[in-house]
Amino acid sequence: MGMNKSDDVTWDSFAEGLWRENPVFVMLLGMCPVLAVTNSAINALAMGLATTFVLMASGLLISLMRHLIPKQVRIAAFIVIIATFVTVVDYSIQAISLDLYNALGAFIQLIVVNCIILGRAEAYASKRRPALALISALGMGAGFTFALLCLGVVREILGAGALFGFDLFGANFEPWVVMVLPPGGFIILGAWLLLFDWRKHRTQLRSLQEERGRAG
Amino acid sequence: MKKKAQLELRTSPHAHAGQDVVQIMRNVVWATVPIAGFAVWQYGLSVLALLLTAVLSCLLSERLFNRLGLEPSTLGDWSASITGILLALTLPPGFPLWMTAVAGIIAIAMGKALFGGLGMNPLNPALVGRAFVQAAFPVAITTWTPSLFNGRFTSFIPTTLTAPFQRPPAITEWVQGVAVDSFAGATPLALMKFEHAATPVTDLILGATAGSTGESALVILVCGLYLAFRRMLDWRIPVSIMAATAFLSWAYQLIEPTAPGPLFMLCSGGLMLGAWFMASDMVGSPVTPLGVVIYGLLIGFITVAVRLFGGLNEGVMYAILLGNAATPLIDQWTQPRVFGADGRRKQA
Repeated sequence: MGMNKSDDVTWDSFAEGLWRENPVFVMLLGMCPVLAVTNSAINALAMGLATTFVLMASGLLISLMRHLIPKQVRIAAFIVIIATFVTVVDYSIQAISLDLYNALGAFIQLIVVNCIILGRAEAYASKRRPALALISALGMGAGFTFALLCLGVVREILGAGALFGFDLFGANFEPWVVMVLPPGGFIILGAWLLLFDWRKHRTQLRSLQEERGRAG
Repeated sequence: MKKKAQLELRTSPHAHAGQDVVQIMRNVVWATVPIAGFAVWQYGLSVLALLLTAVLSCLLSERLFNRLGLEPSTLGDWSASITGILLALTLPPGFPLWMTAVAGIIAIAMGKALFGGLGMNPLNPALVGRAFVQAAFPVAITTWTPSLFNGRFTSFIPTTLTAPFQRPPAITEWVQGVAVDSFAGATPLALMKFEHAATPVTDLILGATAGSTGESALVILVCGLYLAFRRMLDWRIPVSIMAATAFLSWAYQLIEPTAPGPLFMLCSGGLMLGAWFMASDMVGSPVTPLGVVIYGLLIGFITVAVRLFGGLNEGVMYAILLGNAATPLIDQWTQPRVFGADGRRKQA
């Protein structure tokens, strides 16, 4: 984003959030839910979808109202809009599954203060037309969900021997207690960041070597 | 890599013994051999397998991270072997081998490779590995077996050969079958803390009690002294740890006569191994003469505080890790005054 001010909806306006500007693995935003609710894959997925919904709905509304909101009070206005959709999500999840609601706890309400959402509203949605804002929000939401799942899957497999609640290793599995506790979140997040960074580093090194080979 | 002819400018001394990392590390390995051998005599085949697994997993992960980092192999400097041996010595004798391998991999990955390898690690790698499995498998790491049990050279402790990712079997029945005398399944420190039962100090000195693999105070003391006399560890570190531990437990016993005495505190648990072989790790400990003493006293203080007042019955591991973490700060505080500079210390 940033330089590309063109108003065309391209594949890139979606894919950017998914990979190159991934909110968790690249921008390191929204770390609180990333660490707190990823102790199982289902929690991670629910949190990711809830955040995606709030991102898209608030992005769309803010984009539609971008000429109406006075510049001086825009942050307050954005927060009110975001909070409205968070309340919608909060009640919806409570209605759909009370177990899930209890598992996610205060982190659903805390979507309000997730910096990805306000950040995207301020930096993107408030400056683009609705279609673009919506597609970009979908990409960001997908990227956030993907990252949460990356953590949730590993932590659930090691911490409970299951995936989305299905037993993988049988009844005699020895759970790695640390994985469902907060330190497990930090360790696994660090490991994923390391993996992505290492891959990036390797690709850069390889392309550099190829260039040198061609030059020499 | 090609070797270039280099002209080196060096400060004195120009003639020295040529003691290098590899030589020191090799001596530390030799110094741990008697401790490991004694542990094998105490617990038999299981500990032999435990040692091999720990060392092998450390060596393999070291090699793997060398490859991933596109660096030359560092297996030859013996540091990964030491991490493996020390790790095995801190684990219970019947610790499942697959968990031991996990601990070894974590020790090298999170304790060492992550920070850039030997010389860069702020914390003792073996203890990082142990702290991880302590948090991950709290039951397995507190399952103790009696020492010198019958048939230890012909069969494994049942928990040792647990299949990967499986829960180790309960061993209460097995323990009743092999134990020399009645065995409570707790370490001397746990007995002292939760049941106020003292263990004879002679048993502690020989290590003929339930506990981690390397806990025979006498053997460790002798091996540590060897290294200290060869100037391969800073004797001030273990001495100040032991002094702080002994003094604090002596002082507390004056107030509370039922509390464990200094000799018990010194010889039980992982204090000896921790003080002589882990806290004295050259990378994680301070370099200034005063700093070294502060570091030792801090570790001794935390150990006693955890043992007497904490929820756990053993605190040496966390004490050393905290001491390691405080090391950069201690070093900064205790920088000696530069000759010729004015009274105030100057920050670089």
